[in-house]
Amino acid sequence: MRLYALAVYLFLYIPIGVIALFSFNAGRHASQFQGFSLQWYGRALANPLVMEALGTSLRVAFVAALLATLCGTAAALALSSLAGPLRRLFDALIYVAVMIPGIVIGIATLIALVTLFDRVNPALAVLWPASGQAPQLGMGQASLIAAHGLFAMALVILIVRARIAGMDRSLIEASADLGATPFGTFRQVTLPQIAPGILAGFLLGFTFSFDDFIIAFFVAGSETTLPVYVFSSIRRGVTPEINAIGTMVLAVSLALLILAQAILRRGRRQGSGG
Amino acid sequence: MDEDRTTRAAAPIAEFREAGKRYGSVVAAEALSLAIARGEFLSFLGPSGCGKTTALRMLAGFEAPTSGQVLLDGRVVNDVPAYRRPVNMVFQHYALFPHLTVADNIAYGLRQRRPRPPAAEIARAVDAALELVRLPGFGRRRIWEMSGGQQQRVALARAIVNRPKLLLLDEPLAALDRKLRRDMQIELQGLQRQLGITFVLVTHDQEEALSMSDRICILRAGRIVQVGGPRDLYDRPANRYVADFIGKSNFFEGRVAATDGDRATLTLAGGRSLDGRMPVPLQPGAAATASLRPEQIVLTRGPAAAGGVPVRVANRIFLGEHTEYLVESAGLGGFLVLVPRQAEADAGALEPGDLATAHWPPGAALILKAD
Ligand SMILES: Nc1ncnc2c1ncn2[C@@H]1O[C@H](COP(=O)(O)OP(=O)(O)OP(=O)(O)O)[C@@H](O)[C@H]1O
Ligand SMILES: [Mg+2]
Repeated sequence: MRLYALAVYLFLYIPIGVIALFSFNAGRHASQFQGFSLQWYGRALANPLVMEALGTSLRVAFVAALLATLCGTAAALALSSLAGPLRRLFDALIYVAVMIPGIVIGIATLIALVTLFDRVNPALAVLWPASGQAPQLGMGQASLIAAHGLFAMALVILIVRARIAGMDRSLIEASADLGATPFGTFRQVTLPQIAPGILAGFLLGFTFSFDDFIIAFFVAGSETTLPVYVFSSIRRGVTPEINAIGTMVLAVSLALLILAQAILRRGRRQGSGG
Repeated sequence: MDEDRTTRAAAPIAEFREAGKRYGSVVAAEALSLAIARGEFLSFLGPSGCGKTTALRMLAGFEAPTSGQVLLDGRVVNDVPAYRRPVNMVFQHYALFPHLTVADNIAYGLRQRRPRPPAAEIARAVDAALELVRLPGFGRRRIWEMSGGQQQRVALARAIVNRPKLLLLDEPLAALDRKLRRDMQIELQGLQRQLGITFVLVTHDQEEALSMSDRICILRAGRIVQVGGPRDLYDRPANRYVADFIGKSNFFEGRVAATDGDRATLTLAGGRSLDGRMPVPLQPGAAATASLRPEQIVLTRGPAAAGGVPVRVANRIFLGEHTEYLVESAGLGGFLVLVPRQAEADAGALEPGDLATAHWPPGAALILKAD
């Protein structure tokens, strides 16, 4: 049994380890290690295509995570004031949303957006003043942000809801008792209490968007995010440069995830101080 | 205007008028009528679930009564939210803000005032409050760096720094150990005298209520059973429930055989009769309970002294200042006797199995309405 578990872990982590190892390879062949070097990192960072894809990825991840955090936090707050059965239903729906495979979300979003654009574009063309050229809505950064933002929002709702549920209700009463208006209580007590959840939600949403390939593949249109770039390059063979990019993405993602965990854990301690 | 002010000054600081609170089919409080006088220390006392917290929360403004009225300072406040009431509360589990320092917790109430007082003034008030609860210099600490007793003091400071007209305390000492609780009881009482603020305390600890309060309001299943000073309740309980709740007592069930003014004779189930004082008039034939405090009974060694009840010692428990004897008698069954240390030292301790005689002064037994 233990052997089996060990085998599973090796199977999971050896490929990742190999990629990370060979990203530092001085030689260009993936078959043998020829000494330590950072040259592939240098090359990857000097490649304008990589940098452009990285820029797109960062921009999309940031905006999507930001929108998801704002909408998700508001939704979580609204949910927590709902009555019992309705709230349980919505909580269950949020779980389902998080569990749905990326490919389903990708296809569903693609179909939904294409249908929408097919309806909206002719209407726009009709309504647009005759003097100008009517804009055409299509796939691109905006649709990618929307798709990533929706999924990230489910993550944010999940985390912030847990945080609100774990919050001591009597803190809100204590604040009101001391003369704070409902908004004052929100600003001075509720928000600081759920802030770790909000921040962690943002980081997880960012990481999700930054890592995502499947949804981006469907809805990014002509935009290239870093995972999409990696995918298209791999068709021309696995180069150490790709290894270096993959390792960087992995490092950034892991760092953000660990940071989110640390924030949540620290917040839990502060939340149980009363 | 002036007239309004004088009538308000004469009005009780807080009042329940037939106030009730239902949660669906659960009646948490029913037809509470009680006036709380300015500057008094009043306790709500009763077992778990009797509605103490509900009563307090109606004063704080967290619950609106579903029937009747709640008044503060002569005004009906049924619909006034908590944040507009000149009332502060010390919560059972303190509810200190974990993301703020001790000083910021205490300053919280002052910072909500409009116009907001100057920072220097707030800092002075916070320091004075810390001084008052004997935590000078603790302002910069975080809440989780404080012990349970210290947190309790911070919660108290956070409330009194606002100089509320009414301070509500929901079992504020329940989480403290016995010794610390005793100290805090004395401190709370001293603070109340010093500040002149009206205190309303919720507790299920009768000793706490007896030692601290000017008046005690005894609740049972959402209703007021009796309101009175500690001595009143001790000496003249309205019924068995109150006698049982205030102090320890032996109870003997029976029927009123005869009455004479405030005295009555009770015929017990076993046929024996018992004389006693009747604080609340009862009719002959009514079911009643005789209550006899263990400390009012005297035990003497040896059988059958004149006028006493012959008993056999069944058990003996050493309690420090007192020794508690469980004795058995043919007519009365088992009951408790509390013997002070000195009396026991003078007469020599009785052992289980020894024969003795129990006496009590005339009028020591109370004949109460059975409930
Ligand atoms: N929010 C609520 N919803 C439904 N029932 C409630 C609610 N709050 C209190 N009750 C019920 O009202 C009754 C009185 O409750 P309350 O909290 O006032 O009791 P208490 O005397 O303070 O008890 P304790 O000593 O255990 O704190 C209880 O039966 C309780 O179950
Ligand atoms: Mg209670």
